[in-house]
Amino acid sequence: MPQVDTVLSRADHIGTIGARTGIQRDKYTITPGLYCVGKPTADSPVLVTANYKLTFDALRNELGGMNVWILVVDTRGINVWCAAGKGTFSTEEIAYQVQRAKLMEVVSHRELILPQCGAPGVSALKLKTACGFKGTFGPIRATDIRPFLAGGKMVDETMRSVTFNLKERAVLIPLEIFLLLKPLTLTLVCLVLFSGFGPDIYSLDHALHRGGSIILVTIISVLAGAVLVPLLLPWIPGRQFWLKGLLLGILVAIFTVLRFLPFVGWIALTGMALWAMSVSSFLAMNFTGSTPYTSLSGVEMEMRKGLAIQIVSALLGLLCWLAGPFFL
Amino acid sequence: MEKFRYIDGAAILKLDQAVCIGCGMCEIVCPHRVFKCMEKKATIVDYDACMECGACATNCPVGAIFVNPDDGCGCARYILNSWLAKVTGKKPSACGC
Repeated sequence: MPQVDTVLSRADHIGTIGARTGIQRDKYTITPGLYCVGKPTADSPVLVTANYKLTFDALRNELGGMNVWILVVDTRGINVWCAAGKGTFSTEEIAYQVQRAKLMEVVSHRELILPQCGAPGVSALKLKTACGFKGTFGPIRATDIRPFLAGGKMVDETMRSVTFNLKERAVLIPLEIFLLLKPLTLTLVCLVLFSGFGPDIYSLDHALHRGGSIILVTIISVLAGAVLVPLLLPWIPGRQFWLKGLLLGILVAIFTVLRFLPFVGWIALTGMALWAMSVSSFLAMNFTGSTPYTSLSGVEMEMRKGLAIQIVSALLGLLCWLAGPFFL
Repeated sequence: MEKFRYIDGAAILKLDQAVCIGCGMCEIVCPHRVFKCMEKKATIVDYDACMECGACATNCPVGAIFVNPDDGCGCARYILNSWLAKVTGKKPSACGC
């Protein structure tokens, strides 16, 4: 019986998953194939999902007490929506996994429940020709699977629409910071080293002292762009992300001027302000990739202007910061 | 998603109503409720909500919908990598999402 094999392999993999508790996002995968929840029969529904562990967990977390099949397709550890956009959560891949799992022999019906977010990569119509199974698009969120299956596979407007509430935005922030750690550390070290140049050629004392203030400004700018912009997204005026980031960057710049005015010359102060604005603006712009509502054309459009201004502002800022001590 | 609106007029999305057979697939798959099927024809009711995910075009049985076919996920990091790749002549590295 094919069910027995899938039960065993699932048990194997849950053990492996439990052992993997690191934050290794790239290897956060489960083995593709057919899994069963509860005691599914030949009539039980088949839910299709990606092999990213977070995705798989979100789904199985909602299936307590149910008897269903889960067909996990190989998206190389990427979530359904991004994988569909990249073409790994695809008609061909699902058809391949259907054949590999011999689903025809496991279930008597010919229907696959697909996550709605898989639609950019999967054509329900072509799926029928490719593997004999009709694709039915279920709700966007796994939390709606139970009412969906219980209510005769009806999907209402809320189940079909993506959301981006405070909690959904907040959970994305740690990764933004995590990805930043390496380049940020490198930048901070360089900033401290450069801060030592002055009329007396180079002074370590100078580097540490001035370096401390530019580190503070940089970190606050990072928090503004990568933490505050995601959290306050709907309330920050404007639609383009680089402008939202710039707006918070201006606030950081104002803080910088007020905080360091008595200690730093106005040229270096201008440098710090420009640097703060470009850092915050750049990081806010980077957040476009994490939202569920920005179009590629739109992001490209805002980046053409945004990136140019950020580069000029950052370079000018650093130049002023370097030149500052020579004009005291 | 009422609170979240992106740049108006930016998205590349075209619907050929002459070709449309009114099957309603676009209305089903769109995550931003851009389409509405009325009297056996789909209509774009909220053009600026489109994020070019391409779900409608992929699932239109008669090819009546055209969406920006460029690869990528609307992610600044990916665009930056592809611009850098053009300069260096190397293959663009992925954005990691």
